[in-house]
Amino acid sequence: MKLRSILMASVMTAGALGLTSGAIAAEDKEIQMLHWWTSGGEAAALNVLKQDLAKEGYAWKDVPIAGGGGEGAMTALKAMVAAGNPPTASQILGYFAVDYAEAGKLGDISSLAKKEDWAKVVPQALQKFTTTDGKWDAVPVNIHSVNWVWINKSVMDKIGGTEPKNFDDFVALLGKAKAAGVIPLALGGQPWQEATLFDSVVASTGGIEFYKKAFVDLDEGALKSDTMKKSFDNLAKLRDYVDPNYAGRDWNLATAMVIKGDALVQVMGDWAKGEFRAANKEAGKDFLCYRFPGTDGSVIYNTDMFAMFKVSADRQGAQLALADATMSPSFQSAFNVVKGSVPARMDVPDTAFDMCGKKGIADVKAANAAGTFVGSMAQNYAQPPAVAGAYHDVVTKFFHGEIKTSDAAVAELDKALNNAK
Amino acid sequence: MTVSVAPTVVKTTRARRGLARQRLQNLLPKLVLAPSFILVLVFVYGFNLWTFFLSFTNSKAFASTHLVGLLNYRRLWDWTFQSDPPSNWYTAIVNMGLFGGLYVFFCLVLGLTLAILLDQKIRGEGILRPIYLYPLALSFIVTGTAWKLFLDPGIGLEKAMHDWGWTSFHFDWVVNPRMMIYCVAIAGIWQTSGFVMAMFLAGLRGVDGEIIKAAQIDGASAFQTYRRIIIPIMRPVFLSAIIILTHMAIKSYDLVLSVTGKNPGGAAELPSTFMYSFTFTRNQMAVGSTAAVIMLMTIAAIMVPYLYSELREKGR
Repeated sequence: MKLRSILMASVMTAGALGLTSGAIAAEDKEIQMLHWWTSGGEAAALNVLKQDLAKEGYAWKDVPIAGGGGEGAMTALKAMVAAGNPPTASQILGYFAVDYAEAGKLGDISSLAKKEDWAKVVPQALQKFTTTDGKWDAVPVNIHSVNWVWINKSVMDKIGGTEPKNFDDFVALLGKAKAAGVIPLALGGQPWQEATLFDSVVASTGGIEFYKKAFVDLDEGALKSDTMKKSFDNLAKLRDYVDPNYAGRDWNLATAMVIKGDALVQVMGDWAKGEFRAANKEAGKDFLCYRFPGTDGSVIYNTDMFAMFKVSADRQGAQLALADATMSPSFQSAFNVVKGSVPARMDVPDTAFDMCGKKGIADVKAANAAGTFVGSMAQNYAQPPAVAGAYHDVVTKFFHGEIKTSDAAVAELDKALNNAK
Repeated sequence: MTVSVAPTVVKTTRARRGLARQRLQNLLPKLVLAPSFILVLVFVYGFNLWTFFLSFTNSKAFASTHLVGLLNYRRLWDWTFQSDPPSNWYTAIVNMGLFGGLYVFFCLVLGLTLAILLDQKIRGEGILRPIYLYPLALSFIVTGTAWKLFLDPGIGLEKAMHDWGWTSFHFDWVVNPRMMIYCVAIAGIWQTSGFVMAMFLAGLRGVDGEIIKAAQIDGASAFQTYRRIIIPIMRPVFLSAIIILTHMAIKSYDLVLSVTGKNPGGAAELPSTFMYSFTFTRNQMAVGSTAAVIMLMTIAAIMVPYLYSELREKGR
């Protein structure tokens, strides 16, 4: 008797709870956000967004998963989505967004996109990742580009170098530094860094149209061409200018070598600028930023996006608020000044940015107009991860001498990319 | 442990109650173990089967149920023999052999040596033992990073030797893709041999002193005593140590990445890193699953006969 009454009571309470929670669920003001911006500068940049949303009454719940490239975060996200418990939004890169969209896991924020006319202000090429069949399901936060060189100005002055205009100039400049006894090229010998460098080398050697043909279209002729072979030869030339301990070095340690003046130049995406900023270095005065010699006028980009997942109706309000706040020009400016990248909207004024940021913004506009705004192969923006991974393999094996000649490298590249397709 | 013996003369009711109790007592271990048994069944064997199934599909970023037969196995089979330029899978297998062999062998040798030396009733054992055991308390990431920095020619050992005047000293294994895997083995051995030592030490302490005394009376030297009597007695300890070391070697992942700095030149690939990168970062889950299945089968092929022979001998 007693047992039964207890049972009855608990069932009734559960029912009542269910009802009340149903009533509350009309609007869930919590934004669940998965990201890996946990380091100082990045966390500060994201804080701007948190505060903007707090003003509108939305609570921010971080799901931070540390680790630079977001590998751990991607694994965690996969688990959350597979379990049917997606976050409101997640930081996401390149083709991973396309994968989730194709699997039907992303929501639809087209109404907002239409109202704000994002299609006009976001570079055309970028919309490939933020829309699926014309439906907006992600918002871009920034635009990074990888074809930059970062130069320590005092070292540059010491060796009497000038801005290199093409690849041969660049090699000559590196030779000058070598003669002066500084490490010419600060490189981190990790597959993704070597592949990122090779992105620029290919665009410089064959021009951006060749780059597009080879990596975006995976054109057989371009992949096997003499130009590709020459690109590998050029990459091999750069190998003479790295220090002997480069293998396995992290990118930020390579940046530190340039900051300290131990090395002349690093070829790296503009996230490297964040390191210069953190060391209180000023663009133009302490360090110089040029496009990779021979790639001026083109932008090889990658971008951070927030993917908007398919969530229950009560969470959609918060999702739209997040998307709106992310795309607001003031946030795009404030965030990217701190992050080192440039805004994903082309209508954001460049007043708050430093010299390199201003150049970056102008370059993006020009490249978008000229059709030379192309995704980075190394960073998963030209091809899906399987192909990009095969690309990393070939480039790093060539750079470390496992693939001995540029002929073999070209053959292997063609084979590996086709196998991974 | 002694078992209390029930009185021989009992009343029938009491006997019946005793029987029920007996039955419950027999059942209790099964009841208590049931939840963990089910968990293991689902999360180990269930997912093993799931991975096995996935290896026959064309799963990419997400699991798919579209079957493609042996395609993935054929792919890995081709890669197994592609040595110039080495495919990632070929490198992974070669490295596994090198790393696993060195790691297990040196951990056993060093562990046993340390244990025998510590067993000589020396003073200060209480201090020495935790010192040797301490590395195990570190995570592999910490060990890996520390060894990477220590072995880095630009800031570590080589530079220190040069600064002290030995300028011809040259040790650049950690930045030489071909030698990297040996550095991983060094770091792994450093971390685990203390633990193996503790296992052997416990084994040595378990050896009956009477046997050793008998050997001494028979005129056996210390070396002979260890070689012929003590080490053979410790065979079960070897079994446990080898099982633990082998599975640590096969699943080591963080150590490789932290020592080598994300696998430059693709030269520090291991089956575990191969499996992870294909499953999670390259969105070729089916290939990753295939690699996982092959890893499991390899372990089974080594461990099952070994376990079988060892355990059968013990049962005899």
